[in-house]
Amino acid sequence: MKNPIPRFRIPVNLPVYILLIMIVLPFIFPFYWMISSSGKTITEIFQYPPTFFPKAWQWTNYSRIFEFQPFLRQYFNSIYITLVVTVSVLIVSSFSGYAFAKIRFYGKNWIFLLMLTGLMMPVEVTIIPNFILMQKLNLINTHVPLLVIPVFGSAGIIGMFIMRQFFLSFPSELADAAKIDGLSTFGIFFKIALPLSKSALSTVAILTFLKVWNSYLEPLIYINDKKLFTLPLALPSFVDSMGGPVYEVQLAATTLSVLPVLIFLFIAQQTIVESFAQSGIKG
Amino acid sequence: MAVNTQKMKPILTARLRESLIGYLFILPQFLGFLLFVILPVVSIFYFSFQDRNLLMGTSKFIGLDNYKFMFQSDPYFKKVLTNSLVFMAGLVPANIFLALSLALLLSRKIAGITLFRTLFFSPVITSVAAWIIIWKFMLQNNSGTINQILSLVGITGPNWLNQAPYAMIAAILTLVIKNVGLNTVIFVAAIKDIPEELLEAAKIDGANQGQTIRKIMLPLISPSVLLAVILTVIGALSVFDHIMLLTNGGPQNSTMVLSFYMYFQAFKLYEVGYASALAVVLFLVTLGLTVVQWQLKSKFVYLEE
Repeated sequence: MKNPIPRFRIPVNLPVYILLIMIVLPFIFPFYWMISSSGKTITEIFQYPPTFFPKAWQWTNYSRIFEFQPFLRQYFNSIYITLVVTVSVLIVSSFSGYAFAKIRFYGKNWIFLLMLTGLMMPVEVTIIPNFILMQKLNLINTHVPLLVIPVFGSAGIIGMFIMRQFFLSFPSELADAAKIDGLSTFGIFFKIALPLSKSALSTVAILTFLKVWNSYLEPLIYINDKKLFTLPLALPSFVDSMGGPVYEVQLAATTLSVLPVLIFLFIAQQTIVESFAQSGIKG
Repeated sequence: MAVNTQKMKPILTARLRESLIGYLFILPQFLGFLLFVILPVVSIFYFSFQDRNLLMGTSKFIGLDNYKFMFQSDPYFKKVLTNSLVFMAGLVPANIFLALSLALLLSRKIAGITLFRTLFFSPVITSVAAWIIIWKFMLQNNSGTINQILSLVGITGPNWLNQAPYAMIAAILTLVIKNVGLNTVIFVAAIKDIPEELLEAAKIDGANQGQTIRKIMLPLISPSVLLAVILTVIGALSVFDHIMLLTNGGPQNSTMVLSFYMYFQAFKLYEVGYASALAVVLFLVTLGLTVVQWQLKSKFVYLEE
């Protein structure tokens, strides 16, 4: 039913908008306050009543970040670890997702169910034995555990599941035709299936990227050296000699780490939000 | 011996060959899964029967002593378990109720609604570390933003992070706000999957909005809701980084939850045997609750046949 007079629509929806704006405040105000406070002097931060815009933007808060920690290095660590894990998850999960969808092999359903239990397994349950294993291999305080272990945890399993769902809907006629043309299973996978699965691959990439980028427990237990820190580990460590947080610098560093992700979200909002929505349709 | 290759059956039947290719495809992920997920789960059971020190690497079989200590003499365990259950009991209903309400609002087809969806979603993609730094900053006692805002309307806010019940409340609220966007977008997607004809038919039959929501929308999205409940319960029971960064378990252990206590025993006291017993409890509680919820599925979840 179309409303013939469009100006009547606005008052109808107005209460919804007011409600939405009121509820959304606690979700977005923290980001505004982070950015705004990162430009204030420490006195202005604690001033009462609070100022909503910094009186004079303090760029020194940002330059002081690098006096506390090797922040660029830590930024780079986060980026490269996240990229390596994401690419690894894409590789292993597209292979296994394809197998579970399109290849017949003995024990397939049992293996699939077993791997799905990995979805329900909190990383806290497996962390102690994995730490002991890495300790035995002399890999503590290196990036190796952060590059390898998350690939096979829930991120990889979710990836496998999403790829499987995608390949299940993939028309078998295409593969059959390719088989008749003499393509092997590998050939079909690389030349036909993968090039057509860009949307599923991007979903897996987005979910994995954000999970790894934000992970805290694993870097916390495997890494001691500040030069090897990732961003989530570095942010809480902007402290003075008494161990109290240096708020203006800490908030500046937090802004630098959060803002790119937020910008990315707003540029690709449709794709990102859909990716997460899809991760919940598992039944 | 001369073999007539013409008559011999192919060594590998087509089915077996296909199977081998299948195994090859899943091999990298399956091996890693066995090594980094299954083997550790088995190991925590094994370690839980040991007195094991993380630094020294020493280990001694002590049978059920870790469990006896946990249930009989550990002065903290009961409190820790209670805290975890309180955290879960506060977080899960709040998260699911808010997510459902927001999803009903956000699935309306009005201008600018996707922008709101993205705004509600933005804390989800933010790291816990960053999110907690901002909230910890805002929740300080006298000079914190939240209490300043409260005092503008004449309320004296509590010392959120250092006063017993408020620290737990702050932990629950900040995590609900951070994560509710995820369940919300999942529910919005489920609501959008409901065939338009069904909703139209209900309208024609004279159902009001409340009836449409209760009798049609909720039953149809119940599979998504069940899954969201299970995953939210697991997340709440295993909550770690959020608590460690916000309250560090304090004040007076009032926010010390199971996985943080486990971390403390393993990586601060190096008692990995006892910590493994705690991990076993975490695992079994998680598994038990998941199974129970799965069993409830037939009661509450509408299944299309």
